[in-house]
Amino acid sequence: MNKVMEEKTNKNVNQGTKKPEVKKEGIKKENANSIIEVNDLNLWYGSDQALYEVSMDVPEKQVTAIIGPSGCGKSTFLKTLNRMVEMVPIVKTSGSIKYRDQEIFSSKYKEEYLRTKVGMVFQKPNPFPKSVYDNVAYGPRIHGIKKKEILDQIVEKSLKGAAIWDELKDRLHENAYGLSGGQQQRVCIARALAVEPDVILMDEPTSALDPISTAKVEELVQELKEKYSIIIVTHNMQQAARISDKTAFFLNGELIEFADTDDLFQNPHDKRTEDYITGRFG
Amino acid sequence: MLGQNEQNIKKRMEGRVAFNKILMVLFGMATAVGLVFLVLLFYRVLTQGIGYLSLDYIMNFPAPYPEKAGIYAGLIGSVFLMIIVAIFSVIIGVATAIYLEEYAAKNKFTDFIRVNIQNLAGVPSIVFGLLGLTFFVYMFNFGYTLIAGGLTMALLILPVIVVAAQEAVRSVPAEIKEASYGMGASKWQTIARVILPAAIPGILTGAIIALSRAIGETAPLIIVGAATAIYTLPDSLLAKYTVMPIQIYNWTGRPQEEWQYVAGAGIIVLLAVLLLMNSIAVLIRNKYQRRL
Repeated sequence: MNKVMEEKTNKNVNQGTKKPEVKKEGIKKENANSIIEVNDLNLWYGSDQALYEVSMDVPEKQVTAIIGPSGCGKSTFLKTLNRMVEMVPIVKTSGSIKYRDQEIFSSKYKEEYLRTKVGMVFQKPNPFPKSVYDNVAYGPRIHGIKKKEILDQIVEKSLKGAAIWDELKDRLHENAYGLSGGQQQRVCIARALAVEPDVILMDEPTSALDPISTAKVEELVQELKEKYSIIIVTHNMQQAARISDKTAFFLNGELIEFADTDDLFQNPHDKRTEDYITGRFG
Repeated sequence: MLGQNEQNIKKRMEGRVAFNKILMVLFGMATAVGLVFLVLLFYRVLTQGIGYLSLDYIMNFPAPYPEKAGIYAGLIGSVFLMIIVAIFSVIIGVATAIYLEEYAAKNKFTDFIRVNIQNLAGVPSIVFGLLGLTFFVYMFNFGYTLIAGGLTMALLILPVIVVAAQEAVRSVPAEIKEASYGMGASKWQTIARVILPAAIPGILTGAIIALSRAIGETAPLIIVGAATAIYTLPDSLLAKYTVMPIQIYNWTGRPQEEWQYVAGAGIIVLLAVLLLMNSIAVLIRNKYQRRL
């Protein structure tokens, strides 16, 4: 299924111009296949435009970080990738997003299917008010798995995948609300894994966590990229530098720069990227 | 700046503190008005009615003599009526709330419907009685039967249940709904597995409070023809029936003083049933809240 990427150009927007004049800039793709291709994505909340002509290719089985100041559209962009953004009724989009070469905005494409493939972990840990087991088994159950042995296996595998099985294997039937914030967030990651997604979107998954829990989640992200493609929105540039392979910098709804993380942080091409990562604004 | 005129500030402060005390006393008195009358009500009802209250009273049909009269027909009639009311009003009410909160497009028309449901909750009960008479008694030709009364009462409390259920559904945190949608759950799966379980305490509390209102209602039932004296229990949906408030109303209208005491005993039974229903509501709420 994977399409080998040719050296594709990444659209980049010039400084200062209102109507974006597209500056073509070759970005090294090396051998990465892209799993999601975004082309000329525009998004409006009512009459306010939140994303402008965003184009980027998300590499498979890598960690892609999205950074930018508050309100730059990075979370909106992330939520567009699994069409969760459409839960806000006034949202309108144009452009194209292809997941494994299939257009997700196509009317034939079911958002329910997309979301089983493109899972999501949210900013605030949001377990259901149910037991740990029922939380993790939720996904498989809604997709019709009823047999207890199979559910048991999935729950164990998912909790192991989220590196929290050892901590919780004796507490599977306790309410997830009784766990610490860091444990809750890893249960939420396990819950996302239980659906067996292909891509995992993470929307500032550590912003509500203490440093130790944050370190655990970051470590986990490193392990998960062996099997999953991860896109993570973060406020924390050090976090982006630590855990990601590629980084995209958003500003005012535009994708300013998208490059290998090391390149972007050490050798930013755009003045605005440089200003942001050196802390001059944002 | 504050130090400038310490004396003045203290003086004004004293004024404010004193004003606060006056208000506290006034609010306390307002509360006392309600409490005093409630206590008086209980006192009157208990002292007058308790003498006639007995197992026989609860198990007897109405009779021409005060010492033989009982509330059995009214009690059972009320229970049957409440079962019918609960089934129709809760099912239709919750379905309406789910539609309005989760499925309906958020536009002016939906808002219009929402506001008008709230208005309906304030319509006098007698109007619902007339509605019931027109539709259920005559148009559907149910006559003066249990089902006609039940459906009329269901209509009466439907708006209250819709509003309570809407609030309960709305108060389910968006985060857990998103979690469900984010895993590819359909709307109905999310409603059935996430929203309703979280909303049930609120829905049940609202429903039982609405039912408590219905069990004490008299006016609409007089119009749709609840009988005042029957000597059998309703044996089908199309049977004649009576309910406690009507029975009580009928007794209070009689000239002999003894009947007032019989009515008092009836009020005690009615209050006991009300109290029982409210306790169930509290129990259910606590049970589900602990699970959250």
